[in-house]
Amino acid sequence: MKTAVLVFPGSNCDHDAYHALKHVVGVDAEFVWHRQSTLSGYDAVVIPGGFTYGDYLRTGAMAKLSPVMDAVRGFAAAGGPVIGICNGFQILLEAGLLPGAMIVNDSLRFVCDYVHLRTETGRTPFTRGIPAGKVLKIPVAHYQGNYFADEKTLSALEAGGQVAFRYCEPSGEVTPSSNPNGSANHIAGICNGAGNVLGMMPHPERCAEEVLGSADGRLLFDAMVSWLEERGR
Amino acid sequence: MKAKIYVTLRRGVLDPQGKAITASLGHIGIGGVEDVRVGKYMEVRLHDMGKEEATRRLDEACRRLLANTVIEDYRIEVEG
Repeated sequence: MKTAVLVFPGSNCDHDAYHALKHVVGVDAEFVWHRQSTLSGYDAVVIPGGFTYGDYLRTGAMAKLSPVMDAVRGFAAAGGPVIGICNGFQILLEAGLLPGAMIVNDSLRFVCDYVHLRTETGRTPFTRGIPAGKVLKIPVAHYQGNYFADEKTLSALEAGGQVAFRYCEPSGEVTPSSNPNGSANHIAGICNGAGNVLGMMPHPERCAEEVLGSADGRLLFDAMVSWLEERGR
Repeated sequence: MKAKIYVTLRRGVLDPQGKAITASLGHIGIGGVEDVRVGKYMEVRLHDMGKEEATRRLDEACRRLLANTVIEDYRIEVEG
């Protein structure tokens, strides 16, 4: 089992993701430079957070044009598990691999804090086995995490079970004050129709060990491992 | 030849920056401002290729990179 951690100019959570995979979860992980045009030999892809290309033009707008993103498209179309975290989520949106877009937080502030997420679906490789309704404590760190999509797209996401995580209170209750950025429908993470591509603003790689304040992030990577093991990877 | 591109947030998309600026204008005593929407303005220099071809290329540029049509509208002005 081998995982790819993509590295773009300006990625800055690549080493955190690598550490969580390789040293905490214990799966093989390799950095893949964004100029690479193939992902053959890898079983899962992590698009880490950061500020690719300095967020020029829009978050993720430049990174979506990197050669590796064509490889990600092919990898995703073949059913391979892909997780985009924070800027990685923004890149997936810009690339059209997930619907919608990110706008500036409604507070106009960069928000860097632990938040609570309600797991909405176990259908993604990264939430498989996590019971629906389970509350996870995972940090966010972003200025543009205010998820936007038109009404039609939001309805389709809800009807199709594509909302993976929603911001909530520690109790699991979804309240206006638990939404750190103004995201539509309190959306913290969504998946594609097939379920194999997940984008989320919170950072599971930053909280995969108790020493960091929460180990809830590890659940996502453990889920990925068991999903892959089940498929003989 | 030259062109100007205006990228603006679509109607219905919240503009927190614009809201803050609107409030600030009130604070400095500039009254009567109902709303401000912040957008992007780009100046582009191109080889001479005729207005039609330039518009065609810039339209593609806007669709594929310069604007995100989920949240933004764009307008292209090619100078003749």
